[in-house]
Amino acid sequence: MSRVEVVGRRAFLGNIFSAGAFVLGARLLPSAAPPAAGAEAAWQPGVYLGVETDGTVTIVAHRSEMGTGIRSVLPMVVADEMEADLSRVRIVQALGDVKYGSQNTDGSCSIRDFYDTMREAGATARLALELAAAQQWGVPVAECKARNHEVVHASSGRRLGYGELAPLAAKQATPKKEELKEERFKSPEEFRYIGKDMPTFDRDDVCAGKGTFGIDARMPGMVYASVERAPVFGGKLKSYDDKEARAVRGVLQTVVLPGFKPPHGFQPLGGVAVIADNTWAAMKGREKLKVEWELGAHATYDSAAYKQSLLETVRRPQKVVRNEGDVDAEFAKGGRTHEAEYYVPHLAHAPMEPPAAVADFKDGKVVIQAATQNPQAVQDTVAAALGIDKKQVECHVTLLGGGFGRKSKADYVAEAALLSKAVGKPVKVVWSREEDIRFDYFHAVAAMYLKAAVDAKGRPTAWLQRTAFPSILSTFDASARHGADFEVGMGWSDVPYDIPNHRAENGPAENHVRIGWLRSVANIYHAFAVQSFTDELAAAAQRDRVEYLLELIGPPRKLDSQQRGPVAERHPFDTGRLRRVIELAAERSGWAKKKPGRGRALGLAAHRSFLTYVAAVVEVEVDARGRVRIPRVDFAVDAGRVINPDRVKAQFEGAAVFGASIALMGEISAAAGQIQQSNFHDYPVARITEAPYETHVHLVPSQEAPAGVGEPGVPPIAPAICNAIFAATGKRIRDLPLSKHKLNA
Amino acid sequence: MIRLKVNGVARQFDGDPEMPLLWYLRDELQLTGTKYGCGMGLCGACTVHLGGASVRSCQTPMRGAAGKEVLTIEGLGAKAEHPVQAAWKQCNVPQCGYCQSGQIMQAAALLKQKPGPTDAEIDEAMKGNICRCGTYQRIRQAVKLASNHKAMGQKAVGVRR
Repeated sequence: MSRVEVVGRRAFLGNIFSAGAFVLGARLLPSAAPPAAGAEAAWQPGVYLGVETDGTVTIVAHRSEMGTGIRSVLPMVVADEMEADLSRVRIVQALGDVKYGSQNTDGSCSIRDFYDTMREAGATARLALELAAAQQWGVPVAECKARNHEVVHASSGRRLGYGELAPLAAKQATPKKEELKEERFKSPEEFRYIGKDMPTFDRDDVCAGKGTFGIDARMPGMVYASVERAPVFGGKLKSYDDKEARAVRGVLQTVVLPGFKPPHGFQPLGGVAVIADNTWAAMKGREKLKVEWELGAHATYDSAAYKQSLLETVRRPQKVVRNEGDVDAEFAKGGRTHEAEYYVPHLAHAPMEPPAAVADFKDGKVVIQAATQNPQAVQDTVAAALGIDKKQVECHVTLLGGGFGRKSKADYVAEAALLSKAVGKPVKVVWSREEDIRFDYFHAVAAMYLKAAVDAKGRPTAWLQRTAFPSILSTFDASARHGADFEVGMGWSDVPYDIPNHRAENGPAENHVRIGWLRSVANIYHAFAVQSFTDELAAAAQRDRVEYLLELIGPPRKLDSQQRGPVAERHPFDTGRLRRVIELAAERSGWAKKKPGRGRALGLAAHRSFLTYVAAVVEVEVDARGRVRIPRVDFAVDAGRVINPDRVKAQFEGAAVFGASIALMGEISAAAGQIQQSNFHDYPVARITEAPYETHVHLVPSQEAPAGVGEPGVPPIAPAICNAIFAATGKRIRDLPLSKHKLNA
Repeated sequence: MIRLKVNGVARQFDGDPEMPLLWYLRDELQLTGTKYGCGMGLCGACTVHLGGASVRSCQTPMRGAAGKEVLTIEGLGAKAEHPVQAAWKQCNVPQCGYCQSGQIMQAAALLKQKPGPTDAEIDEAMKGNICRCGTYQRIRQAVKLASNHKAMGQKAVGVRR
């Protein structure tokens, strides 16, 4: 396997390659614009690869590695298309820089936005090397074929390695995009790595304990910081006494970090930092601080009361986000109706590595090593905090010990930068687990109301759905009350049912904590409500769930999602693909044969998110004491062309566990404005004994454009689990998590 | 002065005897393969071997390590060639990888104590180790694979001392 180099402090991009190397700077537009989440800087796309004279091919990984394998998979696409031998490929992690386009590793979009770009970069390099060989030999380029790290002239048997060709290629003009005709790209049968189960470049280092995560980064002369923050969002420092903190062995000093100005964005929360010569002394010193806070307006935030206010909101008419036919007229006919309310609480990301970063501020410039999903947001956030130009912020990206959306926000990195400036030394900030849980950018709490009128066969003739949740927009606009289009578009305004009268609404909600995006975002609560309600209707009609769901979706067709632009054109909502994953999941799970009995049953849910079609059949077992086991999950997935099937399956295996945590036990709540959970004892996540025992992932073979895989497995799991519990016990769970309910009658 | 052995190397420590072994390993010895995850012994990311048995290094004060041998992921197999590490690679267990040092150390301790564990025994031994990426089914596969390797008498590369 190839050697992987983590870029050290001195490795500025300018000297990744040695003099004489052929460096390809492909300036190619990614195929889709990044989602409008967060303040994205102006972007000038480009991706770099180079060939050293010794034949080493260096490929720059510009996306962050948090467990998906993207840092390996995108470079493998380049290597495949350029016919590079992977054992001679070196991957260099990119610094934060607008020239790469979006580096915000978020929204399950790395492959779909950069697959074509990487293929073009690889094909361009291969063509350039073939042209160099053709010129050297004085033969037509059509007779020169690049193959496994060399170019071969078939009729004469001459061959030149990539290393020998590098200086020749460097003297030529890089082929233009127009020269890259369709036939210049490999056909799928010629792929070496694309579509194959390739291990990642980082696997072996990680198994040896050698991978460098943000928490592992270090700089000479570094000190350690732990920050005490206001217990209530927006609270302000009144006074503090650090006498006992400074008496702790190893503590060097304390520093006050200023609070944020609304909107909070990615600004640090502020607080009192304890600086020490090791992490433990810093944490222990922080515990000894005596701080008084002005708690502020959010000290009234109470989850029980807030839940009631959200439910009241969705019981009344709200802003219409989709309307077809006339729902009210149909309800007025006085036929049979069914209605239900659903609730999903706040959730915390809880990546195994808490937020961590090291910063060294010196002479108006700052060098950073951070576990970040978004190094350009680090540049923007740190530059704003320090009052310097973002070009003076050099952000090195380490491995991330999980991200799930939390590490797109750069607040913790800015803390390290501000503290380094204050103490005149490199500073490492490591959040304790308690800080990570209490001061997260929480997944939104949400309430949903659904009502349907049904005909004699139980088929809906009218469908009304209302949702209310504090929006992620509140991060960037303190006055935001309604959901953003991207949130409402996640499984709410895009429900693909063939019902003549259909209205979707969204009510206002105020945020009292920081709200952020968590793996699959608004799809979590929307899929829970819609897929649970669908199951309720099927149950009321005494219909088979698979047949009923297929009937609701209706015949294969492309829906007018009312979204426009290249992404919608390339990825229309195709109900035929959704039907196919439902049929496949039913077939592979043995749906038709496994009938409920003795506390054991199957549950179904299907959901399209991040352009990927997913159906999940979950088997649950509820024992006499009401304890739930999940023996098996079957996922059917149509994600378009799959680049690395093993890593895609791994993402879905993980999503089943992530979804199980949400369904079974995940809940963050506030009382008097303070978050009541703090660590894995009171914010549990699924362990090996609680997670689905085995997850089978069935990929639909597809030549369609690649879609997302990191997130789409999560949304169907919670409703499928609860639908299975209903089938097994007759008990309907509308209020997550399951741990709040007693299942034994 | 506390004397101990870490991955076969004699060390001495004259800091606060209450400091958890975790931070000594990470901050002082720069053995960062051992991870911080919770600080309360709830997640297992900090698992190392102390005197041959697995412990949570975040819950082990330095005074508790006095006179003992500590083995970390860095000492288990310098080139990740220990049967458990080999099985982890074969099953492509890691996603983000952060918890995997602790998982591997826990699995190595289990197999040392109980060479052919059942699935239930594997789950029982591994339930203290959280993986937020959700790699559990591959962890279970890899433990069984490593167990089979050992049972079949394949060359098990010893711990570097």
